Amino acid sequence: MIAIPSIPGFLKEPNGPIGKPVNRVDGRKKVTGDAHYAAEFTLPDLAHGFIVSSAIARGRITRIDTAAALALPGVIHVFTHENRPSLAWFDRKWKDDDAPKGAPFRPLYDAEIHHALQPVALVIAESFELARYAARLVHIEYEAAPHQTDLRANRANSFTPGKDKGGFQPPPKPRGNPEQAFLDSPVQVDSEFTQAAEYHNPMEMHATTVLHHDDGTLTVHDKTQGAQNCHTYVCNVFGLAKSAVRVMSPFVGGAFGSGLRPQHQLFMAMLAATQLKRSVRVELSRPQMFSFGHRPETIQRVALGADRDGTLRALIHEAVQESSQHENYVEVVVNWSGQQYACDNVRLDYTLTRLDVHTPLDQRAPGAATGVPALEIAMDELAVKLGMDPLELRLKNYAETDPNTGNPFSSKELRACFRHGAERFGWARRNPAPRSMREGRELIGWGMAAGVWDAMQGQAAAKAVLGVDGKLVVSSATADIGTGTYTVMTQIAADGLGLPVEEVTFCLGDSSLPTAPIEGGSWTVSTVGSAVKAVCDRVRSQLVTLAGKLDDSPLKGVAEEDILFADGHLIVRDDRSRRLSITDVMRGSGTLSIEEEARALPYLLARARHTFATHSAVFVEVRVDEDLGTIRVARVVSAIAAGRIINPKTARSQIQGAVVWGIGMGLEEEAFTDHRLGRVMNHDYAEYHVPVNADVPEIDVLFVEEHDDMVNALGAKGVGEIGIVGVPAAIANAIHHATGVRVRDFPITLDKVLAGLR
Amino acid sequence: MAQLNASLRPAPAPPPEPIPVTLNVNGVERTLHLAPWTTLLDALRLHLDLTGTKKGCDHGQCGACTVLVDGRRINACLTLAAMQDGRKVTTIEGLTTGDSLHPLQEAFIEHDAFQCGYCTPGQICSAAGLIAEGKATTDDEIRELMSGNLCRCGAYPNIVAAIRQAMAIAGPKAEGAP
Amino acid sequence: MRSFTYARAGSAADAVGRAGATGMAFVAGGTNLLDLMKADVLRPEGLVDISRLPLDRIEETADGGLRLGALARNADTAYDDRVQTRYPMLSMAILAGASAQLRNMATNGGNLLQRTRCYYFYDTATPCNKREPGSGCGAIGGVNRIHAILGASDRCIAVHPSDLCVALAALDAVVQVTGPEGERSIPFAEFHRLPGDRPEIDTTLQPGDLVTSIDLPAKGFAEHSTYLKIRDRASYAFALVSVAAGLEMDGGTVREARLALGGVAHKPWRDPEAEAALVGKPATPDSFRAAARVLLRDAKGHEHNSFKIDLAERAIVRALTDAAERKGAPRP
Repeated sequence: MIAIPSIPGFLKEPNGPIGKPVNRVDGRKKVTGDAHYAAEFTLPDLAHGFIVSSAIARGRITRIDTAAALALPGVIHVFTHENRPSLAWFDRKWKDDDAPKGAPFRPLYDAEIHHALQPVALVIAESFELARYAARLVHIEYEAAPHQTDLRANRANSFTPGKDKGGFQPPPKPRGNPEQAFLDSPVQVDSEFTQAAEYHNPMEMHATTVLHHDDGTLTVHDKTQGAQNCHTYVCNVFGLAKSAVRVMSPFVGGAFGSGLRPQHQLFMAMLAATQLKRSVRVELSRPQMFSFGHRPETIQRVALGADRDGTLRALIHEAVQESSQHENYVEVVVNWSGQQYACDNVRLDYTLTRLDVHTPLDQRAPGAATGVPALEIAMDELAVKLGMDPLELRLKNYAETDPNTGNPFSSKELRACFRHGAERFGWARRNPAPRSMREGRELIGWGMAAGVWDAMQGQAAAKAVLGVDGKLVVSSATADIGTGTYTVMTQIAADGLGLPVEEVTFCLGDSSLPTAPIEGGSWTVSTVGSAVKAVCDRVRSQLVTLAGKLDDSPLKGVAEEDILFADGHLIVRDDRSRRLSITDVMRGSGTLSIEEEARALPYLLARARHTFATHSAVFVEVRVDEDLGTIRVARVVSAIAAGRIINPKTARSQIQGAVVWGIGMGLEEEAFTDHRLGRVMNHDYAEYHVPVNADVPEIDVLFVEEHDDMVNALGAKGVGEIGIVGVPAAIANAIHHATGVRVRDFPITLDKVLAGLR
Repeated sequence: MAQLNASLRPAPAPPPEPIPVTLNVNGVERTLHLAPWTTLLDALRLHLDLTGTKKGCDHGQCGACTVLVDGRRINACLTLAAMQDGRKVTTIEGLTTGDSLHPLQEAFIEHDAFQCGYCTPGQICSAAGLIAEGKATTDDEIRELMSGNLCRCGAYPNIVAAIRQAMAIAGPKAEGAP
Repeated sequence: MRSFTYARAGSAADAVGRAGATGMAFVAGGTNLLDLMKADVLRPEGLVDISRLPLDRIEETADGGLRLGALARNADTAYDDRVQTRYPMLSMAILAGASAQLRNMATNGGNLLQRTRCYYFYDTATPCNKREPGSGCGAIGGVNRIHAILGASDRCIAVHPSDLCVALAALDAVVQVTGPEGERSIPFAEFHRLPGDRPEIDTTLQPGDLVTSIDLPAKGFAEHSTYLKIRDRASYAFALVSVAAGLEMDGGTVREARLALGGVAHKPWRDPEAEAALVGKPATPDSFRAAARVLLRDAKGHEHNSFKIDLAERAIVRALTDAAERKGAPRP
């Protein structure tokens, strides 16, 4: 079953669907309201759940009185830690594919309160409104215990984590003598940065609908980035046979990481459905969307030492982040700093502080979106001190090989990003002096930054069924959270068999499909796309074999590599008049369908010897009202090197969307915690500000040519994260250029600029 | 911090009794028996199984629930179904005529004006209302008057492009709803 | 939401009669009330739906002013030709608030009765004297970036969230009310109150009172006025500071001034002394700044919102400058 990995040439059909700006294949469903999300499935026996959230941050429940809630006609049950059934005992049963080291949170496990808004009861009623009403009537008494939620106040208690989470390596050992080199450097920058905690806040609130079938099996519609991750979780936690449960997530209303781990609404809905033997839906409220994972608050220090010509002599990057008391969430933050620039004396240091908060969770470009901006602002500060163009400084210290490992990059067209981005933006016309451009009351600033993200690949399987009608169905248990998975996989499959995209259907979001990992980290095109290509290659071979056996076959004796697949036909490369349609091959050979499954693995050998990464150069124009400090982003150019772009239309949207995230991160998003209460206070969409339409200008995205024949059989790296990485720094640098005010605390709200303008 | 929610009424009132509510939804008269606490949004999603209208916050802070009532865009989450008794409600399901899409729906697909799709029905209904209002003529005005519809995927530039295209087809004063 | 009864009022008198019972609340647009009911902050036992009462017209008054029906929608008010021409600051203020959808729903009367957006008011697990008298003020010593710098008390530092009301305050609007005791007029400055030691009471309305209209006097400062709103994103956010400014000019000299601030106090903030300080002065940043300093003389910041004092001064100077320069005048 396993396809042997090999270093591929590029795909053979230059006119195939790969690289075309194909409209989203699920577009019609989404614009007509026909795409159904987790809370939109039902059965006649559906009951509705509403979660009661903890009023305190730490302590224990001393009393839960559910009598008033239960007295209401139509209220079915109230689940609490006092009446929950016995569930899995060992921590490993509660672990999921994205769990860091530690003990996962167990909802309704006992009386202990670990964080504010912790789910403490679940009311089940015949209607949604009634469940919500009854939830208000659950009376809970607490014994509060002292809590700590303030990172700055507790950072002295930080510790160095190990390799505590998949996808993240501890920082490399220091190289050279960074402290001495810094002291010896004629030009120095030494700055502290803070990044506020951010919440994912996808538009769709987390929800789970468990449909309880007459035979006792369950179909679980969950908001998740990994149907199989959730499937394993619920089977382990509730002791269910794998065959008794199917988890579905065909449409996911955004996630950005929030769906990487099974969230507590899944547990709650499963608890109720398995206990009550009926269908149950549990949907979180928007405030409850602040009751689980978030991008952790971070404090960083970046110290750079350079020669007067701009050569980096020392680079020190330290970061401390929050994690929960029970798990070591790590996103390492600092490693990209050792990779981005050539420097002989480097120390990267990453620590965690335990706070009484829920465990943080990967959020778009976890680690890099926090750490790279700190480095990139420090680089801008260094450029100012050197009197050097910030772009020149980056070119001066361009890393030709990965300084962290000494390995070459599989491909790295960051230089092209710099060049094309700068050209498109008009960077050459920039006057380096701060406050040198204005229009009316607005100061204008131009800033830039570089970005980097890992081009990862996991293992996945895919299945293909080709019908005698020439229609192809390919499936894999991955997810499309808006990223375009449906569309790009359809293109890859269509390309593989030379079919029009209309003849191909791609299925995902179903735990019963061939194995795929959680969808995140920009690895899905690489991981699942490789499996789709592999399985299509198998179907291809079968077709070639069948075609060769047909009587009077024009393809008889032609080797597979000499046959093209295009327009639904097998065509001899050197004599295009020799061709057979796929349907003719199948009919002629009496084959009603061809079914294949294949698994694709990363090129482990190549991966051991190379660094795989996407890169970006971001250029931003901001306008700052000189009197009021209000900031608007007026223009963005984002130049991306991410290997082959499967679909420039959806890829462009990914980058644009990530730039909008960068605007939110740079200027708006911040969870305000009342440390006396240990509670995030702005827990809604009115007061936790994400960008609105009026905040966002035209965003110019360009993809530079980047050939990579080591990254995978597609040459594609993935584009979900890279678009955000440099943006906050480019904004901060542009604000400095506009105003002369250097703000190192994200988000950069107007008060921070005003403080400098005063 | 003590639980301050404790001052509950000693005997909580039983759930409210259903009352008849008649809505003309996408051209079809529908009479429902709804407890008065049912919002228009929940009436559509839970009682009429019209789940195209989305719940993104349930508090009027995101616009995912935007529908047209008597041709005007509103947030369906912040009105009771009973308050809209007798009115014409147009949802995303009602913008399609047979197999043919509304020009806004076409334009949203063409411009890739969505990613996850969850805010999309609300964006499209809101844009239909915007076009009917006729107050937006520039991109900046579209941006401002579409700011009541959050898109966490950040498809805003494409949304503006799609609306601009549909507006050119519809004309600035054209009716947004069929 | 808790359980409640629902009835539609047949007339204003019917509405007032029904509202006499305890626990009753009027609902019109519903945009704030239903929000707060879902958050379990407000728990009315019954709703009286007044949205179909014939109080939605915008009409001329005998003294040359304009009567805004309490049930006229915010959007219809903002886009009314007479409002746009004669009271542009009001139109600007409305359009600076909420979203197009909410403005299509929200009524003028309801806008007056908007509750604060204070985080603690909204979160029933936290102390709030406005929501639960005697429970304390969470915002004092807590998270208070959006809170008051003027007129606050040691019980409450919440701010009134409306934009519309800031313009109405500047315009000296009069609120017409009908209630159990009959009809009466409330000058706008007396409509909202400061928190003092009863922060749970936002206005001077009495139980059963129904706002029927808001009357604008003839003078609309159309030539020299503006509404400036400063917030944390470009749209769909509440004001950190907002300023409604109206001037009557005599060449380059201020003859009369109106100045109201939003986002800084428990009510739209007017200060007669600050306005008096402008009269007879040249329309220059210096005199505007001097007036701003008068207005802000007793301003007091908290841990996160002290920036508002400086910001308010800058905003006042900007708004008055724009007003003097006719930036807010209706488009020809």
